[in-house]
Amino acid sequence: MTDALGGAKIYLKREDLNHTGSHKINNTLGQALLARRMGKKKVIAETGAGQHGVATATVAALFGMECKIFMGEEDIRRQEPNVFRMKILGAEVVPVKSGTATLKDAMNEAMRYWVGSVRDTFYIIGTTAGPHPYPVMVRNFQSVIGLEIKKQIHKTEGRNPDVLVACVGGGSNAMGTFYAFRNEKKVAMFGVEAAGLGMNTKEHSASINGGKVGVLHGNKTYLLQDENGQVRDAYSIAAGLDYPGVGPEHAYFAATKRATYVTVTDEEAVEAFSFLSRQEGIIPALESSHAIAHAMKIAPTMKKNKIIVVCLSGRGDKDAQTIIETM
Amino acid sequence: MGRIGKKFESLRTKNEKALIVYLTAGDPSLDATKKLILGLEKSGVDILEIGVPFSDPTADGPVIQAASQRALKTGTTLKSVLNLVADIRRVSEIPIVLFGYFNPIFAYGVEPFAKAAKQAGVDGVLVVDLPPEEAPELRIHTDAADLDFISLVAPTTGKERLKNILKSATGFLYYISITGVTGTAAPKTTDIAREVGKIRKLTKMPVAVGFGISNAAQAKEIGAIADGIVIGSAVVKLIDENRNSGDLTEIVCEYVKNIKKSLV
Repeated sequence: MTDALGGAKIYLKREDLNHTGSHKINNTLGQALLARRMGKKKVIAETGAGQHGVATATVAALFGMECKIFMGEEDIRRQEPNVFRMKILGAEVVPVKSGTATLKDAMNEAMRYWVGSVRDTFYIIGTTAGPHPYPVMVRNFQSVIGLEIKKQIHKTEGRNPDVLVACVGGGSNAMGTFYAFRNEKKVAMFGVEAAGLGMNTKEHSASINGGKVGVLHGNKTYLLQDENGQVRDAYSIAAGLDYPGVGPEHAYFAATKRATYVTVTDEEAVEAFSFLSRQEGIIPALESSHAIAHAMKIAPTMKKNKIIVVCLSGRGDKDAQTIIETM
Repeated sequence: MGRIGKKFESLRTKNEKALIVYLTAGDPSLDATKKLILGLEKSGVDILEIGVPFSDPTADGPVIQAASQRALKTGTTLKSVLNLVADIRRVSEIPIVLFGYFNPIFAYGVEPFAKAAKQAGVDGVLVVDLPPEEAPELRIHTDAADLDFISLVAPTTGKERLKNILKSATGFLYYISITGVTGTAAPKTTDIAREVGKIRKLTKMPVAVGFGISNAAQAKEIGAIADGIVIGSAVVKLIDENRNSGDLTEIVCEYVKNIKKSLV
């Protein structure tokens, strides 16, 4: 990839090689241990792409907990392999029909269920959003990504990277990637939002680039909404990115300019998906393909002695159906 | 003292309990909501909770979720709800609480909202997803406009938190009778009696109970414990079932009169 693009040296942080196929397990292990400590016998979760659902179902199986996963009907359709995996792991997948039947609605429904079951049930939120302390807790559990990047790149290159790139839906893999570097001012950080069909349309999920400050799911952040404060439907080809909000700490990084938030369209993401698959023999998740696409844009403009680390947050097997439909 | 406080006081002297009814503004239309409200007042409803529809009503069960969606489809906005209240105020003195979620208020602007709500004739606000920790952002303006800030207490609210909530609650306290979202379970009277008893030891403020009450028998039992009861989903469901009937207002009023009988 580095040779083909002819610029900065590109490293991939292989979160796709984690058990269950994405970074999501970092967080679900942490929260499941907390649930156990609190004496909760049941866990619930929301999921978009199904990666967080699979990671939650996996820890639930490991710890012998009852598990319900809330998933939008539209996502159930486009992420079928992950639905099967959750069922195999013993979880119940609860289809959510309300709204656009995607991630936001799954989270609404999980919250409603939790309000009625909170005495014996722990809600494992999968991203750095939701009410406090979730954004902080999920960031802490995911910060292992950046800590590992730091350790590994220092071992290989003897220094920090120049640029970090990660995709942002709710923002868990990006916050995990950025957090350990937040005080290293020379490390530039790029969060990549989904531009869907284009930023000039309403069909995107770029809350920071295309939203306004608002309150949803217990946190104040950038939000896709209309002028009356009604939350707009997000769209992306990547099911794990189509969330109308974004973690409040990303909103903070954006407002303070500590990180730069850019956008990548469906088309560019699909192109990056194919590029990485054929170039390296690594099939990336469509979510992570957004980060790859941005790295492909900036690498050729950078000198060869510069280093980019891209968080490859998940593997792309689950996206075969979507890719076949676009081809 | 505002309309809400006066209402509870006058009911207390008559030894009656408050019937508080929730309906979603704009379902099936704002005109229908207006007719319903004026009919409800004549049918013995003491306080109205007017729901401002929101795209993501996380505290609501399927009935009110669907009503919110329908109301949004007919173009209902916070602004049009405020206009509705102003319209009703011309002919009615019924205490009105706006019930909803924070984002539409935030998008409107918290200060302009407080002023516009007061001017329209709103008496109190209940913002379900604005916990006491975050409430000052709105309250500095609603308190200044002399609007009551109705606070929720749930079966899962601990004693320390309850004390904190009581420090700043005004109007009445809304006790959520079930551990769950609106209209999804039947409340248990013995549990409510115990919890309301705990609250009474800490405050003299009127306590209303809601989230699951749907018939006169429940209203009577819970009315004996609390200062008022709230009916929401049951009314919204009735409105939906009779949305195309020319007798919509009459049907809903008949239902409400029957409930009110159990509270006097």
